Amino acid sequence: MTGTGTVRLRPPNNRLDPRVVRWWQIQWLALVLPPVLVLVLLAVLIEPARFWLLMPAALIAVPGLAAALFLPLWWYRVHRWEVTDTAVYVLTGFFWREWRVAPMSRVQTVDTVRGPLQQLFGLATVVVTTASAKGAVKIEGLDHEEAAALAERLTEVTGATPGDAT
Amino acid sequence: MSDNGSGPDAAQWQKLDRRAVLVAALLMSGVAVSGGLPAFVALSSAFGAWTAIGWVLLGAVVFVGCSAGAEYLRWRHTRYRIGPERAELHTGLLLVKRRSLARERIRNVDLTAHPLLRVFGLVKVRIGTGENNGAGTESTLELRPVTRREGDRLRRELLTRSLSGAGDEHHDGRLATLDPAWIRYAPLSVAAPLLGAAALGAAMQVSEWFGVQRGVIEWVGGVFSGVAVVWTVAVLAVALLIAGVIGSLGLFVEMWWNYRLDREPGGTLRVQRGLFTSRSISIEERRLRGVEVVEPLGVRLAGAARVDAVATGLAEGEADKKTDHKTLVPAVPKQFADVAAARVLREPVAPTAAARLVPHPVAARGRRLRWALGAVLGAVASLALLGVLLTEVLLWVAGGVAVVMLPVAGLLAVDAYRSLGHGLTGDYLVVRSGSVRRATVALRRDGVIGFTVKQSVFQRRAGLVTVTATTAAGAGAYSVYDAGTSQGLTFADEAVEGVLGPFLQRDPQTP
Repeated sequence: MTGTGTVRLRPPNNRLDPRVVRWWQIQWLALVLPPVLVLVLLAVLIEPARFWLLMPAALIAVPGLAAALFLPLWWYRVHRWEVTDTAVYVLTGFFWREWRVAPMSRVQTVDTVRGPLQQLFGLATVVVTTASAKGAVKIEGLDHEEAAALAERLTEVTGATPGDAT
Repeated sequence: MSDNGSGPDAAQWQKLDRRAVLVAALLMSGVAVSGGLPAFVALSSAFGAWTAIGWVLLGAVVFVGCSAGAEYLRWRHTRYRIGPERAELHTGLLLVKRRSLARERIRNVDLTAHPLLRVFGLVKVRIGTGENNGAGTESTLELRPVTRREGDRLRRELLTRSLSGAGDEHHDGRLATLDPAWIRYAPLSVAAPLLGAAALGAAMQVSEWFGVQRGVIEWVGGVFSGVAVVWTVAVLAVALLIAGVIGSLGLFVEMWWNYRLDREPGGTLRVQRGLFTSRSISIEERRLRGVEVVEPLGVRLAGAARVDAVATGLAEGEADKKTDHKTLVPAVPKQFADVAAARVLREPVAPTAAARLVPHPVAARGRRLRWALGAVLGAVASLALLGVLLTEVLLWVAGGVAVVMLPVAGLLAVDAYRSLGHGLTGDYLVVRSGSVRRATVALRRDGVIGFTVKQSVFQRRAGLVTVTATTAAGAGAYSVYDAGTSQGLTFADEAVEGVLGPFLQRDPQTP
């Protein structure tokens, strides 16, 4: 069986666009800052409760800001993607690593999605769906022109495949 | 009407059966009666019986009249046609909905008839394609109601398009029929205690409608006066259990009466069953990607299992959350479940029985034991904390929970580990997991449309991975939980060649 040695999944070849780090950081800040700012504002206004408002603000802010700063850098190192002639292959996560493979012959639709923030950074997400409700493969944070070209290429390849890919 | 049939063979627009209005009126009368009765009781105490009857009757008439009117409008403005290329349904008065399905995409035609429909010889027809990703119910046509004959005609016409092919004398015909002895497995399902609780709830609700809830409670209290609380609770629990058992037996009879599983010429599996509400569920064999042999704990201890279809286009919509639509065979003796699975898949032996399942590394057992321990300790700790803060009783409860639940959780964990397994046989990959609900899935290799490999930090340390095969059928994904890293990846590669393979690296040295 597995007596011939160990088998591993090799990481996909390509990294995401470096701008994705900023995009992730801003998303984190948008998550962390509002509660902190509200708490600080309240602390300024309500003097007697100042300590009890600033303490949770600090408790949220310190780990939150640390995560906002460093987690995206780390993610950038580990998130990878690759499109070969036969498959789309994506690796995400560090604590919960996830490798997703969708064979080209089973791809049903290829979408590019750009949120307002992504547009600001010139990024885009490519979503490759298969007939499985749980088989979608996402490549988050590509340069938007690269993403468009990739989507076009994928659409061409999958359009050539007969059948309904189930 | 507005038929736009141009040629002789252009299909005509058809209407639903006009008795829809009558059925709706009767159904709503039933609702009016069950709603009116408590309203009458409530009103009569305030205004006197005659005034109350007057108001309730007036309300009921308006209610039934409006419902029937709405149904009439729906009937007036609903029409359908089965053309050579497409099946179409137009419905709606203000917001006209036109839905059209390509006939070649139609995968299942289900007929159901609740008792009222059956009295009139009517059925509800659901025509579905297979697309269930995101679109939800968009890809089904519901014809409610048409005559039984029309329903059967639709079913035959829409599903037997390839009569010429796949005429397999050997495997056609009856695959399974109801054995009344199967009813013995019904009370073992999880539904039994729930039904008991439901019976209690219903009794309370009805007594409240009539304003006698307090009386009932006092009566029960009176019966048990002078009896220790423990015995009262025990007797009541047994009574509920008995009610649950009776309920589950009744439910089984209603659901599975006259059960038949057939393979019809043209390659369609058809389940027919039901005592009051008759159901006919057709699954095109082309959509079948495998079967799942499910053994819930109670049923498994009795040596039984049920068989579910793993097929694409079995709507997983809100209406079908109750799993019974995909159930091909109810809980039956395990041996027969395997036989039935084999017949369904046209295999000499069911893959779920034939596969030699490889066990997973011992580390997987450790993980399960830790989860079990963590869950129990979490519950005990929170109980104990509350006990310290509030009342001492909870401390005793916490102790009791710990003593009882630790061994149970441990046994379940070990059992869950023993359930884990994966293997290959013929065209199928077979995966087993679960303890409370042990499920063995046999999935056609060509039905796998991708792989997802997951590994948490803990799994990485233990050298385990979870390999998930995604598919268009059934639950959409079936997982090999906590296999050894090499073991799991090799399995995925062997199961479906060329998907994971190009991305695998083999280290020649043993670690």
